[in-house]
Amino acid sequence: MKTTTLAPAPMPTLSHRASRWFARNLIRIYAALAFIYLFIPVAYTFAFSFNDAGKSNLIWKGFTLDNWKNPCGAPEVCSALGNSLKIGLISTILATILGTMIAFALGRYRFKGRSVINLLIFLPMATPEVVLGASLLAMFLNFRINPGMTTIIIAHVMFCISFVVVTVKARIASLDPRLEQAAMDLYANERETFRYITLPLVMPGIAGAALLSFSLSFDDFIITNFNSGTVATFPKFVYVSAARGIPAQANVIGSSMFFIALFIVVAGQIIGRRRKAR
Amino acid sequence: MAFLHATAHASAPAIDNAAKKRSLTPYFLLLPGMVWLIGFFVLPIATLASTSTMTRPDGAAVGTYVQSLRFQNYLDAFSANKDQFFRSFIYAGIATLLALAIAYPLAYMIAFKAGKMRSFLLVLVVAPFFTSFLLRTIAWTQILGDEGPVVSFLKALPFFSNDIRLTSTPFAVVSGLTYNFLPFMTLPLYASLERIDPRTLEAAGDLYANGLTTFRRVTVPLSMPGVVAGTLLTFIPAAGDYVNAYLLGNPNTRMIGNVIDSRFFAIVDYPTAAALSFTLMAAILILVTLYIRKSGTDELV
Amino acid sequence: MSNPKVSDSRGDLHLNRLTKRFADFIAVDDLSLTVPRGSFFALLGPSGCGKTTTLRMIAGLEEPTQGMISIGDTDITTAKPYRRPVNTVFQNYALFPHLTIFENIAFGLRRRGVKDVKKDVDNVLELVELGHLAERKPNQLSGGQQQRIAVARAIVNKPEVLLLDEPLGALDLKLRRQMQIELKRIQMEVGITFIHVTHDQEEAMTMADTIAVMNQGKIEQMGSPAELYESPKTAFVANFLGQSNLIKGKVNSRSGANASVNIHGIDIEVPITRMASHGDSVLIGVRPEKLNINAKSKNSIGNGTVTDASFVGVSTQYLVKTSWDEELVVFEQNDAGAPDIKVGDTVSLSWEPAHTFALDGNQDLAAGADVDHEAD
Repeated sequence: MKTTTLAPAPMPTLSHRASRWFARNLIRIYAALAFIYLFIPVAYTFAFSFNDAGKSNLIWKGFTLDNWKNPCGAPEVCSALGNSLKIGLISTILATILGTMIAFALGRYRFKGRSVINLLIFLPMATPEVVLGASLLAMFLNFRINPGMTTIIIAHVMFCISFVVVTVKARIASLDPRLEQAAMDLYANERETFRYITLPLVMPGIAGAALLSFSLSFDDFIITNFNSGTVATFPKFVYVSAARGIPAQANVIGSSMFFIALFIVVAGQIIGRRRKAR
Repeated sequence: MAFLHATAHASAPAIDNAAKKRSLTPYFLLLPGMVWLIGFFVLPIATLASTSTMTRPDGAAVGTYVQSLRFQNYLDAFSANKDQFFRSFIYAGIATLLALAIAYPLAYMIAFKAGKMRSFLLVLVVAPFFTSFLLRTIAWTQILGDEGPVVSFLKALPFFSNDIRLTSTPFAVVSGLTYNFLPFMTLPLYASLERIDPRTLEAAGDLYANGLTTFRRVTVPLSMPGVVAGTLLTFIPAAGDYVNAYLLGNPNTRMIGNVIDSRFFAIVDYPTAAALSFTLMAAILILVTLYIRKSGTDELV
Repeated sequence: MSNPKVSDSRGDLHLNRLTKRFADFIAVDDLSLTVPRGSFFALLGPSGCGKTTTLRMIAGLEEPTQGMISIGDTDITTAKPYRRPVNTVFQNYALFPHLTIFENIAFGLRRRGVKDVKKDVDNVLELVELGHLAERKPNQLSGGQQQRIAVARAIVNKPEVLLLDEPLGALDLKLRRQMQIELKRIQMEVGITFIHVTHDQEEAMTMADTIAVMNQGKIEQMGSPAELYESPKTAFVANFLGQSNLIKGKVNSRSGANASVNIHGIDIEVPITRMASHGDSVLIGVRPEKLNINAKSKNSIGNGTVTDASFVGVSTQYLVKTSWDEELVVFEQNDAGAPDIKVGDTVSLSWEPAHTFALDGNQDLAAGADVDHEAD
């Protein structure tokens, strides 16, 4: 950011200048502090992934790379991670497909009962997770269905759909209808128009929705805890081990997820920018 | 231009297309997703409603309940847990206000002052998300813990007594809630601030509004949709949360989520858990509806 | 992906009693029109006159409420847009942002199953002189370049009819002039029927062989630019196409080649052939550049007072208040340098009878003058 200096008052004192600089940059200082606040626990988690702590990763005992060399060293941590990845992947695929279909129906067609559909999309987002989790469990118990992998996926798809609909619908709404008309004008029938024009243009929205779904699913604890039975996911593993101390391997996994996600998002942005610039 | 003429109004075939074509396509598109939402959202909520009025017959095994339409369950559940109820709403309310106070300048800075750094800073806002929120919350318990750096520092200062604690306090729970839902507040705020044309702000300045007036009269009203969306996205999950209260609090900071959780799993009292869940959902929906009405923003979905 | 069902009909475009009704108003009202093959045709009118709706019905993007559209002998009224030998240059161009310029232009060819698109695309890129931009994306092009690509994307398909929806509206004045000439050149080279929708009367006159002036869903008048300008048939056309001085008058007599008309107590002559009305009550029209200051032309209306003078380079534009208190617009060529007439001067006004036209007197004097030419 450039700061333009207007003709300065004669001989401003140093403290004067400092306070003026401070006033002008107040909001940046504030934002920097907010970022520090956001990242303290991330940095802490990352730092303690190098702790030579053994089972309970509470106090700094010394630097080691062992946790990173052997992330599956602690019992069950990797199976929990595997479950989370599997659930996240399946839920993301299902929720993205179902949610995208709804978004297209809402964004591209006229039909009766639109307000009911909108309400049905909005309500799961306005319902606290405990209620979503508890109600699903109540139903599963009622039908004598044992909670497990399947019930977790069912629950995750359910709460991800709404977020997918909202994200993709926004993208569809920002699409210029003339592009589709132009395609039809250029001999593309409805199917071809969708395949070559609409879908590629909505794709960034769908990709964003999928990424959001995956992170919501991967990080969910409350709803999962209600409907998981004996299956352990990564957040559940962390929660359960919290009482007796979390192995440093969990920090390794948490930090890795952070860097992987950061890499994907930044790479996605760079590719997007390249494409635009080409 | 003799060959070019407006043709006489001869008989023309009348094609009346006034009736709008109704296609079945949208219904096919909606069907699978709606089946899912009805089967795994509406139906469970209905089950929850039905469970909430059940009772346990005398002598029946733990976890066995029959429907007896006992609405008294609601009153019992509420009066036994009204402290936790009010605490949930108060904690969530304070956390929402704190998050707004932190997020608004942050979002404002990213939208108007970040220049080319904009998208990078936006990524930074979302990035902490990806480290499991439980890990981050546990990190806070250790940072704020009795042996942690913050408490040690405070103890070294002369004006704090030596038995000061930060964890297991309401302060820690509210901080945890504020922290965890901060990105939910920042993103919608940014989205609505970003849409404001900086020239409108300049125009306000041109029309003799000073910085503060411009902010109050122009920026804030234009960012209202973001404020509404952000506060809802923060308040709703915060009110139902029990992880922060469990990890950062003590028995006196228990929120309604903790009660529902323990009624379900520790006590196996499904009707009470259901009645509490239902009351929580209803209370939040009423608050949300009133709030949206009052702020005059409907388009949330 | 071939699409063999594109109609290969050839011939003139016919609109027969075309009507488009929306919920609360009639956009196009019983419109009939024939556009001969290979002509450059302009639909001119103010915003909301129904010209764009007409265009969209020809393209197949809007279904007519009533009436028929045909090319040659083929009825295309209800054909899907992709089954019509019609292509459109959209307002703001609607170039596909995710495809390169090459792929944008090749889009229509590929959909019709053309195997080797390279030659056709290269040729049309050469025609619009942008061959070097083939691998760029649309948002890397300037407005003028995007406009030419939009034209290229449409004409590469060799349609029977090319529709242009305010194609130059987004360009600045200088570029617009340049593109007008360019489009005209392209039309002559490819020989396709061009239908050009615009609210800019100057643009329509520069480019089109034939102009149809539309107002409130109907065609007010149709003809060559010169015909419309010299002999408007309605007050709307007289005011919308250039400026006109309209004066109320009564016909005294019609004998021989000229009629005698009384305007505010002064008798003037109008050629019978230039009278659009058979009634007694008429509006007399004279274009501002046909009015002469301090000259002795045959139709003289005596003295008036100059109330405004604006020097615009090639000419000076005056407002002169007549003895009956109407302000007339006069354009004087500056061929002898800036003239020596100032505000407040008394001048005499006159014009040649051959430059007079007469319209039906039961019209609003200002019809078509108050509409915003630049609004869309």
